[in-house]
Amino acid sequence: MTHKAKPSRTLTTEELARVEGEGAMRVEIHEGTVGRVELNIYEPPRFFEGFLRGRRYSEPPDITARICGICPVAYQMSACRAIEDALGLEVNGQLRELRRLLYCAEWIESHILHIHFLHLPDFFGLDSAIDLAGINRPAVERALALKKIGNELLELIGGRAIHPINVQVGGFYKVPTRRELLAFRPKLEHARDMAAEVVELVGGLDFPELEVDHEMVALRHPTEYAILDGRIISDGGLDITDQEYPEHFVEEHVEHSTALHSRIRARGTYLVGPLARFRLNFDRLTTVAADAAGAVGLTADCSNPFRSIVVRAVETLDVIEVGLAIVDAYDEPDRPYLEATIGGGTGHGATEAPRGLLYHRYKLSDDGVITDAVITPPTSQNQAAIEDDLTRYVQANIGLDDEELRKGAEVTIRNHDPCISCATHFLDLTVVRT
Amino acid sequence: MNNRSGSRPKLAVWKFASCDGCQLTLLDCEDELLEVAGRVEIAHFLEASSARVAGPFDLSLVEGSITTAHDADRIRKVRAESKSLVTIGACATAGGIQALRNFTDVDEFLSVVYATPSFLSTLGTSTPISDHVPVDFELRGCPIDKRQLLEVIGAFLAGRKPNVRDHCVCVECKQRGNPCVLVAHGTPCLGPVTHAGCGGLCPAFNRGCYGCFGPMESPNVESLIGALTEVGMPAEDVDRVFHTFNAWSEPFRTAGRREERP
Repeated sequence: MTHKAKPSRTLTTEELARVEGEGAMRVEIHEGTVGRVELNIYEPPRFFEGFLRGRRYSEPPDITARICGICPVAYQMSACRAIEDALGLEVNGQLRELRRLLYCAEWIESHILHIHFLHLPDFFGLDSAIDLAGINRPAVERALALKKIGNELLELIGGRAIHPINVQVGGFYKVPTRRELLAFRPKLEHARDMAAEVVELVGGLDFPELEVDHEMVALRHPTEYAILDGRIISDGGLDITDQEYPEHFVEEHVEHSTALHSRIRARGTYLVGPLARFRLNFDRLTTVAADAAGAVGLTADCSNPFRSIVVRAVETLDVIEVGLAIVDAYDEPDRPYLEATIGGGTGHGATEAPRGLLYHRYKLSDDGVITDAVITPPTSQNQAAIEDDLTRYVQANIGLDDEELRKGAEVTIRNHDPCISCATHFLDLTVVRT
Repeated sequence: MNNRSGSRPKLAVWKFASCDGCQLTLLDCEDELLEVAGRVEIAHFLEASSARVAGPFDLSLVEGSITTAHDADRIRKVRAESKSLVTIGACATAGGIQALRNFTDVDEFLSVVYATPSFLSTLGTSTPISDHVPVDFELRGCPIDKRQLLEVIGAFLAGRKPNVRDHCVCVECKQRGNPCVLVAHGTPCLGPVTHAGCGGLCPAFNRGCYGCFGPMESPNVESLIGALTEVGMPAEDVDRVFHTFNAWSEPFRTAGRREERP
C-alpha cells in the first residue's frame, strides 16, 4: 500500500462536515491502484454499555431496544438470552416459539424495508422508493403491504412495532391467545404470496460481478434456520457456544470510526449477515424458500454480496413460512414468563439480527445489578469486510469516472445493510486520485 | 399528487444522536406514505432518499439529541433554513436515553466503551434541540406515535396548531378500558405523570407505564412517588424508573435523584 499523497487526518474533519452525523467513506487511489479504504462511522457515540452499568438485570430489554429503531427485537432477544444465561434460566416451549415469531415479524419488516427502501432504488438508478413508485407502483405498494403485516405481527406480540413493550427476561408480560394468532393467519398467507413475488422481482435484477472470500459466520441450530439461538459456526471451522464468543472474537477501536472493529482472533476479517446465514444454513430453509431460491438461480455457495438482496427476499419468504407453522402449533402457555432467581454471574447471548450476528454479554452482581455490559452489533463485525469489498469493487471498476464509481461503491456498502444506529442510507464517498 | 410540481411544501427530516426509530415511524405509515409523498416535496430525508434538495424548507422534522459540537452547529443551520421546526421523539425533545451521561462524567463512559477515547470528540452532555434553537412544536415519545406524527405534519402543512392533547396516560387507559394496574394489581406505573400518546399501551399488556413519552404538563411527581413507595417499589428503583428515556426532562430529572429533591 503506497501513500504518495500525504495521508492527512484533516480530510477526516472535512468529511465530517458533509456527512451529517451518519457515515462516510474514503477511498484513496494511487496510480490506478486502490490504497487506503475507510468506512467512517461518525454516528455520535451513545454509550449504552457505559450506562447499563448499575442498572437492574430486568432493564436491558427495554434499554437496549433503543440502540436501533429498525431492529429493536434483535437487541431485546440477545439481551434476554444473555441475562437468562447469567441467571440459569431456560426459556423453552411455547414461550420460545413466541419469541421466534416476534423475531420473524421483525425480519419481515426490516428485510422489506431494506430491500425496497434502502437498496432497490440503486438498481434502477433512483434516489428513493418514492421515485421507484413512479415507475413500478405495484412493487412499492406490495412492499408497504408486506411491511405493514410484519409491523402488525410485531404489535400483536410485542405491543408496538418500534421498541416493543411486551418483552421481558423470562418471556413476555402477556401472551396472545390462540384465537388471536389464528386470526392473523390469513394475513401471513397473503404475505407469503407477496414475498414469493419479491423473490422473483429481485432475483431478476442485474448484479455487478464481485466475489468475496470472507470467512462467513452465523448461528446454526439442529433443525431450524437459526435466528434466536444455536451454535456460532463458520466456514473456516469455527463451532462454538455463545459463552465461547469472547475467546474467539476481539474488538478493536480504530481511529476513523466510532464503531468498534471486530476480528476473529485466529484469522481476522469475517462476515455476518444474510450471505453467511444462507451459506451455512441453506439446508435448514423451508421447502418453499429453498425452491424459490432455486428458481432464481441462488445457490448456497453464492459469494457475490450484491446478491444479498435476493437472500433477504428468500429469508423473508422463509420466516413467513416459519411463522405460519408457529401459529398453527401455538398452544397458549400457562404463564407469560418464567420467574428468575436473582443471582450473580456472567451471561452470553447471540442471536441473528436481520443484518447479522448480534452478541451481548452481561456481568451481574449477586443482587442482580449489571456490573459490566458488552454489545457487539453486526455492523462493527462487518466493518472490515465492507472495507475489503470496497477495495475489490473499486479496483475492479477503476476505469469508471468518479461519479459512477461513487454510486457503485455506495451500493457495495448497502449490500450489507449497515446499521449505523441503525440504517444509514447515504454514505459520502471521497475519491482521492493521484 | 395533484399539486403542481414546484409548488409543494418542502419537507426535510434530520437526524442527530438517536436510533432512527422516530423517522422510521414516518416510513411505517404504510397506508399514508405515498399520499404524504405526493403532497410534499421530500427535500431531505436520508433514511428514505439519497436526493438532496437545497433549503429553505417549509417543515423540518428533527430526530435525535445534540451530543457533539459539530451537531450543535448543524442544528443552527437547520433552524436557519426552516420555516417550521418540529422535534420528533424523546431524544430531540428531552435529550433521549443518551442524556444519562449528563448525570455523570462522560470520560468514564468513554473509557468503558472505547479503548482509545482520544479518537473521539463528544460533548459531556446530550441535550434537547430546544436548548440550542427555537422549536415550533415538540412531539414526544420513544418512539413517537404515528397517528400523532401524521396529525403534526398535516397541521403544519395546513398552517394550524397540531391537535395533540397533553393529558396523562391514565386518560388513555380509561378510554381503552384498561383496569388500573397500580390500583388493581399494585404494579408500579408512571401513567399518572406521563404524557399521553401511546394509547395506554403498557397497562394493556399487564405492565406499568415506564414513562417513554416523558412528563405530561404539570405532573404531580411527588405524589406518584408516594404511591410507588406505598406499593413497595424500592427507592433505588424509583430513581431508575424516572431515569430512562426522558431522564433529562424536568421534573423526571430530579425525580430520579432523591438526594437532589427538596
